[in-house]
Amino acid sequence: MQGFGILSVLVWLPIVGGIAVLALGDRRVAAARWVALLAALATVVLAIPLLTGFDRGTAEFQFVERLPWIPAFNSWYHLGVDGISLPLILLTAIMTVPVIIAGWSVIETRPTQYYAAFLIMAGLMIGVFAAIDGLLFYFFWEAMLIPMFLIIGVWGGPRRVYATIKFFLYTFLGSVLMLVALIYLYVQGGDYSLRALHELPLTLVEQRWIFLAFLAAFAVKVPMWPVHTWLPDAHVEAPTGGSVILAAIMLKMGGYGFLRFSLPITPDASRELDWLMIGLSLIAIVYISFVALVQTDMKKLIAYSSIAHMGFVTLGSFIAWDIAASTGTLHGAAMGLDGAMVQMISHGLVSGAMFLCVGVMYDRVHSRDIAAYGGVINTMPKFAGFAVLFAFANAGVPGTSGFVGEFLVIIASFKANFWYAFLAATILILGAAYTLWLVKRVIFGPVANDNVARMPDLNGRELLVLGSLAIGVLLLGLWPALLLEIMNSSIHHLVAQMTTSKLPI
Amino acid sequence: MPDTQTAWSTISAAAPEMYLVAAICAVLLIDVFAGGAKRPRLTSTITLVALAVGAWVTLDYADVSVRVLAFDGLYVADPLALVLKLSGLLFTAVALLYSRPYLERRGIAGGEYYVLALTALLGIFVLASANHLLTLYLGVELLALSLYAMVAFDRDSGVAAEAAMKYFVLGSIASGMLLYGISVIYGLTGTLAIDVLAQQLAADPSLGLIVGTAFVIVAIGFKFGAVPFHMWVPDVYHGAPTAVTLFVSTAPKFAYFALAYRFLSQGLDGISPVWTQMVAVIAVLSLFVGNVFAIAQSNLKRMLAYSAIANVGFILLGFATGTAAGYRAALYYTIVYVLMTLGSFGVILLAGRRGHEADELEDYKGLHSRDPMLALMMLMLMFSTAGVPPFVGFWAKLAIFEALWQVGATWLIVIGALASVVGAFYYIRIVKLMYFDDAPAQPRGEAGFALRLVLGLNALAALGLGLMPASLMEVCARALAG
Repeated sequence: MQGFGILSVLVWLPIVGGIAVLALGDRRVAAARWVALLAALATVVLAIPLLTGFDRGTAEFQFVERLPWIPAFNSWYHLGVDGISLPLILLTAIMTVPVIIAGWSVIETRPTQYYAAFLIMAGLMIGVFAAIDGLLFYFFWEAMLIPMFLIIGVWGGPRRVYATIKFFLYTFLGSVLMLVALIYLYVQGGDYSLRALHELPLTLVEQRWIFLAFLAAFAVKVPMWPVHTWLPDAHVEAPTGGSVILAAIMLKMGGYGFLRFSLPITPDASRELDWLMIGLSLIAIVYISFVALVQTDMKKLIAYSSIAHMGFVTLGSFIAWDIAASTGTLHGAAMGLDGAMVQMISHGLVSGAMFLCVGVMYDRVHSRDIAAYGGVINTMPKFAGFAVLFAFANAGVPGTSGFVGEFLVIIASFKANFWYAFLAATILILGAAYTLWLVKRVIFGPVANDNVARMPDLNGRELLVLGSLAIGVLLLGLWPALLLEIMNSSIHHLVAQMTTSKLPI
Repeated sequence: MPDTQTAWSTISAAAPEMYLVAAICAVLLIDVFAGGAKRPRLTSTITLVALAVGAWVTLDYADVSVRVLAFDGLYVADPLALVLKLSGLLFTAVALLYSRPYLERRGIAGGEYYVLALTALLGIFVLASANHLLTLYLGVELLALSLYAMVAFDRDSGVAAEAAMKYFVLGSIASGMLLYGISVIYGLTGTLAIDVLAQQLAADPSLGLIVGTAFVIVAIGFKFGAVPFHMWVPDVYHGAPTAVTLFVSTAPKFAYFALAYRFLSQGLDGISPVWTQMVAVIAVLSLFVGNVFAIAQSNLKRMLAYSAIANVGFILLGFATGTAAGYRAALYYTIVYVLMTLGSFGVILLAGRRGHEADELEDYKGLHSRDPMLALMMLMLMFSTAGVPPFVGFWAKLAIFEALWQVGATWLIVIGALASVVGAFYYIRIVKLMYFDDAPAQPRGEAGFALRLVLGLNALAALGLGLMPASLMEVCARALAG
């Protein structure tokens, strides 16, 4: 239980793989590609024992590894998973594979560095989800910025430099404030371990400041309105793989941070400031949906749609107290959190898939403009099938994973306040509007121009990637219990934590 | 009269200094008498060997577990002195290694360069072991005079001469300030011995003592290059030959740490509330001015000069806590900062070639396609200096923040955190130039394999110490435990 184990392998295998790919160099790019794919696949395969060996009946951390790291700060190399982090680790491992495959023949400049950057990213992201020591968490959290900075800056679009520096500084600023709060907690409690931080009593004033410092880091990552402006830029300029990882995994870190840090460490401040979080979430859902409606750039549209969908995650996370206030029980609180988690996983698959779809078209026509397409279904019928499926999932059509998360959160907010639910439910209309309108303009209709007429349909590689994501989307949509069962104990534990006051008596 | 055996045992702790004096004489003589075209090479090799032997002597004689006083209490050998001396030896050796091809390229590879570096090192040693205000002053002057001469080493260069002149004039004023402060303190307390001073100071200082302390702070601020005493830093860093800039910006920082620690933390510990406030003010100013001005620079050496000012702000924040944890963090920061600066200037030296100094930011455009290894080293060093994990610069900042939280200095932490975000911008701009921009093809730097290997190790040290930070923290903790 204490030594190195499977989690360390999952963290370091992709990183070592990335370094190996880097060492192979651009002259042996064919070999490097296979090594990269192998490393990504091995990570998925090695994550399977995590799923099969996971005990669903407990909220305790499992597969724990604890080795001395920095005695001076009482910080440990401390890894473990519970029902909240396990699905996200699996998502990270799984989403890395399509990213590697999607870049297979498309990336021409410095291809090995491209693969290496994504593999190192994957390891660091798994580290973020697996770390249960506050300092180790921060270590992975920040280290991740470096590969992402390079991915956007080297392989991005025309305004990549502006986008990547904006991305870096935005997230760095937020993170530094979180670091300051973490050190404060350490100085108070003498321990960085997550469980100790969860149990540390704090006054309301302390909690308020710590909550705001955490909010600075997590809100930027999610991103919440009004600190979301880096995301459309970063998404638009990033290469396809970068967009996928950003949307599928990196945004989830903000949501994960709320569940792992804000709610259990500062429950009283979260309760006091939940109006702020709910308000910002609803603004994100409604306002950003309208913004998405008017986009003319496909990637930008999906980026805004991501912000709106992540609004559901924050709404579901902070709705519990209002439910308790209006119904008098905590019965529905878990439902909001369940919805937030399902929404994160589902959005990871769906938005990743949507960006891959845009990538498929971009590789053929080299334009992200909606106006450059039209009638793609005539030349790419297979592709159109997948695109429509993912669009339905994005719009939250029942039977797809997108429906489950949104539905749970809307039901939970209905218990809290009719108007919350009313505003949140507008996404069912607005989301359908912008997604289906996008599909209508791009996929259907007559063939718009010669470029579209020349588009070849999916090749085997693309078919494999989109096909496997489609299976995931449908599986979660038809059988959400698969995911809900894993999370159940941890979510209930979290509800107990966030409703137990930490104020000193 | 004590017999010789006892006499030696009381001064054996000072063996490293005595050895260094002998080595300086030897190197000077060899340089004079060993003629021929290979003279500079020979001198540099002998200097490196002398430094290696020096490390052995230091470990053998100065590795003390308890404080050892010598020369009637003028001199002290303690764990801190040992760490500072070993760091000084190591980083001086690496600095000399980096500069050899550069000096040869510019045709200024005289043996005097190495002798001056060694006398500067002797100054660092004296400061590290000073237990008396006059010994401190002696070390400061020995170091400063060597550095003035090094800055002016390229005697045909107008900018270098101007830089040296500025450095000399301003440095002399600072020395005067230090001496004046010392004299005021002596007048009020009647002692120059740091130990005695520490015992005599009451918690309630007289106005005279505060004035004297202020003069000392000015001198320390000047030596470190802290705002508002930083005017010389950009000019000296920019004007001096890059090899000299490399030296000036690295090993002497240990001496200034010793100066601040011995004088303020040990000698004036009793009135720490007085000077921590002053130090906090100049630290905040340094963070602000250093980071903001660095953004506007188009010359990498000048940018690193302002970066040095900002980083000194962080070191001084450690002193501003007035606690053992703060001094520990400051020592850690100093060592880490010197490690990273050494590498950054090393990249400048290695990226240059005959007739071309790679010191403009423009020169780094597209470095990645010209020289991927060098660009990768610079990337690691820049992210490290910006304080991004997994590199060691992150832990240095973390240690400072932690020490500040322990004394509840919320505002200093917030300022420090924001300053590090501003600072991140100009460090990642270098990465942007190297990786995202394209440049017309140029020849690469001329550095040989061995040097590239050393630079690689230097950058990897920033990564390795970042992944496993415990050992160096432990060293710093033990150095200041006594």
